[in-house]
Amino acid sequence: MDESIIKIDSVRFYWSKKSNFKIFVPNLEIKKGEKVLLLGESGSGKTTLLSLMCGFLNPLSGNISINGNTINQLSSKTRDEYRADNIGIIFQQFNLLPYANVVDNVLLPLYFSKVRSSNVSNKKEKVIELFKQLRLPDDIAQFRASSLSMGQQQRVAVARALIGNPSLIIADEPTSSLDADAQKIFLNLMFEQISENNSTLLMVSHDKSLSNQFDRLIDINEILIREDKSCY
Amino acid sequence: MLLKLSFSSLYARLVTVGMTILAISVSLMLYMSVEKLRTSAYTSFTDTISQTDLIVGARASSVQLLLYSVFRIGNATNNITWESYLDLVSKEEVDWTVPISLGDSHKGFRVMGTNKEFFSRYKYRGSQSVSIDKGYLFEDLYDVVLGAGVAEKLGYKIGTSLVVSHGLQSFSDHDDQPFRVSGILKKTGTPVDNTVIVSLAAIEAIHVDWSTGAKIPGQLTPIDEIREMDLTPKNITAALVGVKSKLTIFQLQRWINEYPEEAMTAILPGAALQELWRVVGVIENLLLGISVVVIFTTLVGMAAIMFSSLSERRREMAIWRAMGASPFTVIGLLMLEAIFISILSITFSVVLLFCVLNLLQPWIDYNYGILVNIEMLAIKDMYVFAVFIIASITVSLLPAIRAYWFSINDGMTIKL
Repeated sequence: MDESIIKIDSVRFYWSKKSNFKIFVPNLEIKKGEKVLLLGESGSGKTTLLSLMCGFLNPLSGNISINGNTINQLSSKTRDEYRADNIGIIFQQFNLLPYANVVDNVLLPLYFSKVRSSNVSNKKEKVIELFKQLRLPDDIAQFRASSLSMGQQQRVAVARALIGNPSLIIADEPTSSLDADAQKIFLNLMFEQISENNSTLLMVSHDKSLSNQFDRLIDINEILIREDKSCY
Repeated sequence: MLLKLSFSSLYARLVTVGMTILAISVSLMLYMSVEKLRTSAYTSFTDTISQTDLIVGARASSVQLLLYSVFRIGNATNNITWESYLDLVSKEEVDWTVPISLGDSHKGFRVMGTNKEFFSRYKYRGSQSVSIDKGYLFEDLYDVVLGAGVAEKLGYKIGTSLVVSHGLQSFSDHDDQPFRVSGILKKTGTPVDNTVIVSLAAIEAIHVDWSTGAKIPGQLTPIDEIREMDLTPKNITAALVGVKSKLTIFQLQRWINEYPEEAMTAILPGAALQELWRVVGVIENLLLGISVVVIFTTLVGMAAIMFSSLSERRREMAIWRAMGASPFTVIGLLMLEAIFISILSITFSVVLLFCVLNLLQPWIDYNYGILVNIEMLAIKDMYVFAVFIIASITVSLLPAIRAYWFSINDGMTIKL
């Protein structure tokens, strides 16, 4: 049985031939249940790699498999559905729709994914349960997202990524806008929930101090080759 | 849920969306107002005279005859003799006639000689007839009835004395025979409002001491003597004619046009009005052109606003995509927004239109004689709205396609 959740094989990507940003990822494998930290400085290609893994972008060559499915061979529509079913995404900041209330923000992925929706029997109860687990106040549910603090917004984003138990959580520098104490609390809460869901976490950061909290550390420079730089 | 969030998104951009809706509503209202004004001007114009079957005058083009006999614009090429008029009256097909004598003026307003039949036979806007607002119709030889516009502009009241000038731009006045205002007509919105009406006998009376357009030097017949004279007119300018049976109109028209004793023309007012409207139709086309430009500008404005809001909404679209929305869902949301804005704008523009029309209708009617009908929307308006919605969807395609590319390319990278 294949234990890997992400498998990248000889993936090459660039926007155009004249582009000064060309990347090649020869090989990358992440196992199910792992908590992986992807480290790299700004402009190193971390976010582009995440976009490829999420199926927003399609590689020019090579293959990306998520849960054994080669997503770059799926149609655009199927890829979108696959992403909705399997991946919970947490952005760097401004994760939430500011005009929607907190509950609607958390329930949004269930609208696009029948699989995740079927995993939640009572949606409102599940949201309240997640809020409790993430130490969010009880009365937060009907607040508009824009009225929350940054720390609260990031925790609501975690709740949204976790709802319906997706197998993979991808987080793009979710702690960058939080102070040190808030970072620690946030990561602990996120790890707790991810472990409870048996999900895999791939988190991107440029902060090396976080590395001891993860199962594995990957330096982007070790797995990704900048072809635009190596060529010249 | 998608719809709910879509509306929440619109609500969150209340000021921008509100201003967009207001701009589109005002433009649409402007378009509908111009259209209403255009159709109302046409209706008012063609309704200037109704229920008159023929207008008879000296040989002239139909437009010219209509202009001087109904609109009091320009001059008659010639008069028709009283005998010819009596021949016409005696025709079996004729039900009624109203003789009209034009040529003199008072302070720029045309003076029209006619008989009392004019007040009951002249109809406008379907079946409306002119009626007295103050005073009474002429009883005395020197009584004058004023159109509402004349009385208002000159500030005349019942009993005011006035002198008729000879011709239209003459320095010679019939000052030896002053008139007295006996009645003022109600506002009609027709050229009657700007007409000074006297009896046919009065026209004859003021010309007793005149010959070939000039006063006979040294001759001044006393008024008492004039009152005793036979003041049957020798000539009239035109006559309004009603027939007993509509079937005989063309037969009578042919008889008049081929009248052997004198060169006369009989025109059908409706047909002549249409012909005249075609002459002034260039203004109508201009108004229509303005309307189309207004709508086009509105649509371009809407696209511009949607474009400008795209950059601030890129983050929102990236979140939708991350949750599993396809690029087509993002396009759909933008187009749904365009439809919603269009429908709301249309609704608001209709409300605005009815408010503006209710406010301005009396003023337009009073000042320009155009009765703007405030009525339910017609099928044609619905077509215009449908075309506008389709056009706004088409226009929203451009920002939607841009949003599509954003949503494909942005991925996890939300550039702001």
